[in-house]
Amino acid sequence: MIALLIAAPLLGAAVLLCGGRRLDRAGHWIGTALAALSFVLGAVLFAGLLGRGAEDRTLVQHLYSWIPVEGFQADVAFRLDQLSITFVLLITGVGSLIHVYSIGYMEHDERRRRFFGYLNLFLAAMLILVLADNYLLLYLGWEGVGLASYLLIGFWQHKPSAATAAKKAFLVNRVGDMGLSIAIMLMFTTFGTFAFTPVLDGVGKTGEGTLTAIALMLLLAACGKSAQVPLQSWLGDAMEGPTPVSALIHAATMVTAGVYLIVRSGAIFNAAPDAQLVVTIVGAVTLLFGAIVGCAKDDIKKALAGSTMSQIGYMVLAAGLGPIGYAFAIMHLVTHGFFKAGLFLGAGSVMHGMNDEVDMRKYGGLRTYMPVTFVTFGLGYLAIIGFPGLSGFFSKDLIIEAAFAKGGTQGWILGGVALLGAGITAFYMTRVMLMTFFGEERWRNLPAASPDQPDVEPAADHGGGVPHPHESPKVMTVPMIVLAFGSVFAGAFFGIGERFVHWLEPVTSFAHGHPPVAAWVVTVATVTVMVLGVGLAWAQYGRRPVPAVAPRGSLLTRAARRDLYQDDFNHVVLVRGGEHLTRSLVYVDHTLVDGVVNGTAAGVGGLSARMRRLQNGFARSYAVSMFGGTALLVAATLLMRAV
Amino acid sequence: MNPVNYLYLAALLFTIGATGVLVRRNAIVVFMCIELMLNACNLSLIAFSRMHGNLDGQIIAFFTMVVAAAEVVVGLAIIVSLFRTRHSASVDDARLMKL
Repeated sequence: MIALLIAAPLLGAAVLLCGGRRLDRAGHWIGTALAALSFVLGAVLFAGLLGRGAEDRTLVQHLYSWIPVEGFQADVAFRLDQLSITFVLLITGVGSLIHVYSIGYMEHDERRRRFFGYLNLFLAAMLILVLADNYLLLYLGWEGVGLASYLLIGFWQHKPSAATAAKKAFLVNRVGDMGLSIAIMLMFTTFGTFAFTPVLDGVGKTGEGTLTAIALMLLLAACGKSAQVPLQSWLGDAMEGPTPVSALIHAATMVTAGVYLIVRSGAIFNAAPDAQLVVTIVGAVTLLFGAIVGCAKDDIKKALAGSTMSQIGYMVLAAGLGPIGYAFAIMHLVTHGFFKAGLFLGAGSVMHGMNDEVDMRKYGGLRTYMPVTFVTFGLGYLAIIGFPGLSGFFSKDLIIEAAFAKGGTQGWILGGVALLGAGITAFYMTRVMLMTFFGEERWRNLPAASPDQPDVEPAADHGGGVPHPHESPKVMTVPMIVLAFGSVFAGAFFGIGERFVHWLEPVTSFAHGHPPVAAWVVTVATVTVMVLGVGLAWAQYGRRPVPAVAPRGSLLTRAARRDLYQDDFNHVVLVRGGEHLTRSLVYVDHTLVDGVVNGTAAGVGGLSARMRRLQNGFARSYAVSMFGGTALLVAATLLMRAV
Repeated sequence: MNPVNYLYLAALLFTIGATGVLVRRNAIVVFMCIELMLNACNLSLIAFSRMHGNLDGQIIAFFTMVVAAAEVVVGLAIIVSLFRTRHSASVDDARLMKL
C-alpha cells in the first residue's frame, strides 16, 4: 500500500517521459490523475492510521533488499508514521492542486507532456524521501528531488538564464548532498547500519563528538536543500522555472526537506547541543537574510523566494530548539506549504494575465481586473504576515514563543530575531500586495515591448504592448481557492487544543517551552510588530505613488537587491579561488610533472645525439674501438687475476 | 728452444697486423694484415699446445685455417665488387653506413 503510493507518480513519470508524442494530447490528464490517485491513497492510509492507537501508528513495509551484503544491509523499506503521513498529505495534496493549475498555466507550451512527467518524477522522489525507513533510501529520494528540481528550473532551457539557474541550483545542492553522504558514512561507521530505528536508538551509546559531526553534516545537507545561509544563493535564481514549479518545489515541498531531515534525526540533534546551537543560528540568520532580500526585490517571484527562505529559516530555527520546537517547525511547514503555494500560484496568475511581466513596478491596481486572484492572494498574504486567526498567526507565533523559551541570553536573542523577522515579513509582503493590486495602473503607460525581446513564455497570448489584465481560467483559480482555504483554516485547525502537536508527539517528542514572559505578551508583541511592518510599508508604497523605475535606493537596498552580495562573495571566494587553485595546479603540472618527464626524454635524446657521432662509417675507427675494448677487457681480466 | 720465444714472436706479429689494420687504407693490405693477426694467433695456439703437451691448440689452429680460408673467399669477393662499383679499394671511401 505504501509502495503503491510512490508507484503511482513514478509510473506517471515513466509513461509520460517514455511515451513519446502520442501522449501529447492526454499527458497532462494522466499526470494529474496519478498525482490525485497518490493523494487518495495517502488519505486512505491516513484514515487507517487514525484508527490506531497513538503509540501504534508506525507502519514499516519491507519491500526488498536493495544491497544484501554481509555487514551492509540496504533495504528498500518504507516507514509510515505521523511525521511521514503529514508530509505525504502535504506533498500529494498541494502537488495534485498544482498539477491541476499547471494544466491551465502550461496550456500553450508544446512540451507540456514532458513538464507533467517531470512533476510526477518529483512527486515520486519526494515521497521516497519522506517515506524511506533508512538514510540510504532517503538519500535516493534526496537526489531524486534534486534532479527533478534541476530539470524543472531549466524547463525553458532555451533561455540562457534558466539553463544557468538550473546549473547553479544543481551545483549548490551538490555541496549539501556531500554533507548528507558524509553523514550517512559516519552513521555507518558508528552504528553499523543506517536504518532509522537502530541509529536513533543507538544515540545514547555514542560519544558527543561523533554525534556533533553527524549533526553538522546533516545540517549542511539541510542548508543546501532548504536554501539556508550559506547555501541559499540558488533559490532566487530558481525562480527562472515555470511558476507552478516555484510553488510546488521551491516553496511548499522540496525546500522543506531539510527541515524534515533535522526533525527526523531529532534524536541525534538532541544529543549534540553544540550542533543544535548552530542550527538555531543558521535559522535565525537566514530568516533575517531572506526577509531583507525580499524587501528589495522588484521581481514578484524573487520577492516571494526571499520570503520562502525567511520562512524556512523560521522552521530551521524551531527545529534547532529541540523537542520544544520540532512539532512547531512541522506545523509551520504545513501552513507555509498552503499559503506560500497559494501566493506563488497567485503570482503565476498575475503573470499569466500580464504578458509574463514579473516586475512589480509595472503592475498596480490589478484588484479589479483579477478579483479571484486578488482575494486568494490576499488571504495568503494575511496568513503569511500572521494576521490573527489565520494559519500563519498560529504557527509563527508558536515558533517565536519557543525561541524565547530557549532560555537565557540565547533565548532573548533568538526570540528577538524571530520577532523582528515577523515585522519585516509584514513589511515586504505588504509591499508586494500594494505594488501589485493597489495604486495607480502603471502598466497602462508602459512603452511597447521591443520586438527583439524573446517571447519568454509561450503562454503569452498578446504580442507585447499594453497588457490586458484578465482573470485566469477556472482550472487555475480553483486550486488557488482551495489553497486559500488551507491558508485560512489550517492554523486554527492544527493550533487550537494543540491537536497537531499531540499528533506528532510520539515521533518527534514534545516538551512544553516556558518563555520568560507570558505567552500572551509574546503574541501581543508579534501582532504589534506585524502592524508596524504593515504600517511602514503602507507609508512607503501605499500613500505615495510607486515609481515605475526603481530608485537608486539606500546602501542596504542596493545590497539586498544583489542578494546581500552573496553571489559576489561566492564569485570572489569560490569561483576565483577555484580558478586560482586550478591555475596553480596546472602550473605545477606543467613545470614539475611535465618537467621531469620532458627532462628525462630530452636528456636521453641529447646523450644519444652525442653518442651517434661515434658511428662515423670509418671501418678503421670501429676497429680502434674494438681493439681498445679488447685491450680493456684483457687488462681488467689480468687485474682481477692479480688481485 | 724455449717455447715462450714463439709467444713473443706471435705477439710481435699480432701487433704488426693490428697496426696495419688501423693505419693502412688499402683494403687488400688491411686484409693481409688481418691474415697476419690470424696466423699470429695460430702460432701462439701451437706454442701453447707444445707447452702444455696436448693437441687441443693444434686442432683449434686447423679450425682457424679453415675459417680463414673461407673468410678470404668472401672478403676478396667483397673487395672486388667494391672496387668494381667505386673504382677504389680504400676502406675510408666505403663509409656509407653512418647516420
